[in-house]
Amino acid sequence: MKTFKMGGVHPEENKISNDAAIEVMPVGKQMVVLMNQHLGAPATPVVQKGDKVKVGQLIGEAQTFMCANVHSPVSGTVLKVDSCKDAFGISKPAVYINVEGDEWMESIDRTPDIKRECTLEPKEIVAKLKEMGIVGLGGATFPAHIKYNIPEGKKAEYLIINAAECEPYLTSDYRVMIEHAEECCIGISILRKALGVPNAYIGIESNKPQAIAHMTEVARQFEGIIVEPLKVKYPQGAEKQLINAVTGRKVPSGKLPIDVGCVVSNMGTTFAVYEAIQKNKPLIENILTVTGKKLPSQHNYIVRIGTTYNEIINHSIGHLPETTGKVISGGTMMGKAVVNLDAPTVKGNSSVLVMDEAESRRGAESNCIRCGKCMNACPMGLEPYLFSALVKNGRTEEAKAHNILDCIECGCCFFSCPANKPLTDEIRLGKNRVRAMMAAKK
Amino acid sequence: MNILNISGSPHVHSDESTKKIMWRVNMALIPALLVAIAYFGLPALLVSIVSVLSCMLFQWLIEKFIMKVPSTICDGSAVVTGLLLAFNVPATADMLWIVVIGALVAIGIGKMSFGGLGKNPFNPALVGRVFLLISFPVQMTTWPVVDGFFPTNFDLATGATPLGAFKEGALPADITLWDAFLGHIGGSMGEVSAIAILLGAAFLLWKKVITWHIPVAFIGTAFLFSGILWLVDPSAYMDPVMTILTGGIMLGACFMATDMVTSPMAKSGQLLFGFGCGLLTIIIRNWGAYPEGVSFAILIMNSITPLINRWCKPKRFAV
Repeated sequence: MKTFKMGGVHPEENKISNDAAIEVMPVGKQMVVLMNQHLGAPATPVVQKGDKVKVGQLIGEAQTFMCANVHSPVSGTVLKVDSCKDAFGISKPAVYINVEGDEWMESIDRTPDIKRECTLEPKEIVAKLKEMGIVGLGGATFPAHIKYNIPEGKKAEYLIINAAECEPYLTSDYRVMIEHAEECCIGISILRKALGVPNAYIGIESNKPQAIAHMTEVARQFEGIIVEPLKVKYPQGAEKQLINAVTGRKVPSGKLPIDVGCVVSNMGTTFAVYEAIQKNKPLIENILTVTGKKLPSQHNYIVRIGTTYNEIINHSIGHLPETTGKVISGGTMMGKAVVNLDAPTVKGNSSVLVMDEAESRRGAESNCIRCGKCMNACPMGLEPYLFSALVKNGRTEEAKAHNILDCIECGCCFFSCPANKPLTDEIRLGKNRVRAMMAAKK
Repeated sequence: MNILNISGSPHVHSDESTKKIMWRVNMALIPALLVAIAYFGLPALLVSIVSVLSCMLFQWLIEKFIMKVPSTICDGSAVVTGLLLAFNVPATADMLWIVVIGALVAIGIGKMSFGGLGKNPFNPALVGRVFLLISFPVQMTTWPVVDGFFPTNFDLATGATPLGAFKEGALPADITLWDAFLGHIGGSMGEVSAIAILLGAAFLLWKKVITWHIPVAFIGTAFLFSGILWLVDPSAYMDPVMTILTGGIMLGACFMATDMVTSPMAKSGQLLFGFGCGLLTIIIRNWGAYPEGVSFAILIMNSITPLINRWCKPKRFAV
């Protein structure tokens, strides 16, 4: 079975919400839609106080290169255009909408019929991805129209669909594969056409045998879609590692996947692509897992973007258990701890993961015993223990020379450290310092 | 209303800890300890107990009264040092007080003076051992005779180690490779039985506490180098199989050179480290003043470990 070669760890999988079918989360009374839900500059609001909006109407327009359109997830009246603190406490421009009814744009096809034919040309597909505000839903929220617009002189040879879902707890991609395999395959075919590549490879970790079997069967009806079972090893779904596992190619330091002829897309994104291209539906919903060992029930939801964490928690489990210690957006390895439960969800949110007080605490830190476990676990072949020392002593120049910027922040080093040293935190700090240093030199 | 904890990712941990690693090493030392007790009797047990307890006591005292930090004696590292120190001395009654001095040097100078576990450049047990070897040369080279399992007359006779005898002239004729493999030879109490040490090393490999690189490079280099010498002149040099089975090579290669704190981190660095240890051991044995060179070889290589860490980097992704 294929896998990436270097490093990696095996965290407890905890896919306890695997069997929870996707439910539809009802819409709240008020929605806050952030204008910055993607990698890059915030979108520019194109609505004003008092405007009536419909579901799927453009409310934030991408006016710079690295940006994505934002659409209204609800129908109603714009209350104000202001700012709002996101889940991590950072203030961002936002449009507040008072929800009235559920009136959709007429252009959106809401019938359950599956539309298979796509007659658009590659350029038109990319333009439509931009129009519909599609971003990568694997975590980075990279605007899709930039990714699928292959720069001059470069050629895509492989389209790789990331369905590894190597993060513990997360099951949204798994549920999409089980419930919407055909739509995903249509989405993949559309992306394949946009790139002009002969084959698309779906990488799925072997701990999801049902998804592998189901996708393999559905993919048989499509040309050039190959399901590739992968060994269970974290971070199998990290972009460079996945490319290495599926194609054997290695993306060099500081380069992009396209430099080795690869484009990687998340499985959830392919479903969004299907809906955008075939159904004219902009990216206004997330598929999101609500999970945690101590929760009374496990869920997977379709949630309108802008629904707050508290609304999701109230609807799914009533309230947080008394013993809750941490709420994480994302998985336990790379997810971010939520600061503000009143914050709206944004594009790419994949989970509300509730951790118990006891499991959310870090162990006591002790001296590094130079065991080298961090080095052996590092999928990039770096020396986390060394970065820790260099960053603590402010030796930013040396940290850069030891390629600290190659770090993908997968967390394997801290995960495996017997001395409980917060290596990943220190490396993040070091990377920020290196970037600041490089910016200052320019 | 819950108050939420905030931290960077990852939010889970592998459950691996320094304490678990150290106690695994202690478990791996049990076979060699049992063999030592079986061959050398009560003194072996007493020396081990005194050594371990004094290492723990000194660490506790230093942490409480000098460093004023929370005690770490439960992490098992003082026990490792104590056991390894005991394994490196002869099992005689004299050692009961000498080993206390060794423990003070090992823990006090070898480890705590640098800031405790993880900060020490040299293997603490070897620091203690070499200090004792230089300070108490007679007691440290007075070996009890091994005359079968569970001896009762252990105060009476003293004998020589195979290496000592060879340095004086020739190996005693009655020592076979089989004796050396099982441990039926004279020597420091923990290093006599190759099979007991290899059993412990296998456990450490299985539990991924150590990797094969240092032991294989160390023993392999010693074997090849001594083999070449032996081929050149079999009368002047010991045969390579006997070379690696006697003295401290097995214990040193499996338990002391592999000490994570004082050995290189990258695999390539570990091979280089093991190679240096093997080479220096054979050089000291054949051309040095002492019949045995494992302790010195490892300490010398410890001293250049930071340099090796600088030279030998892990293989980076896509380079």
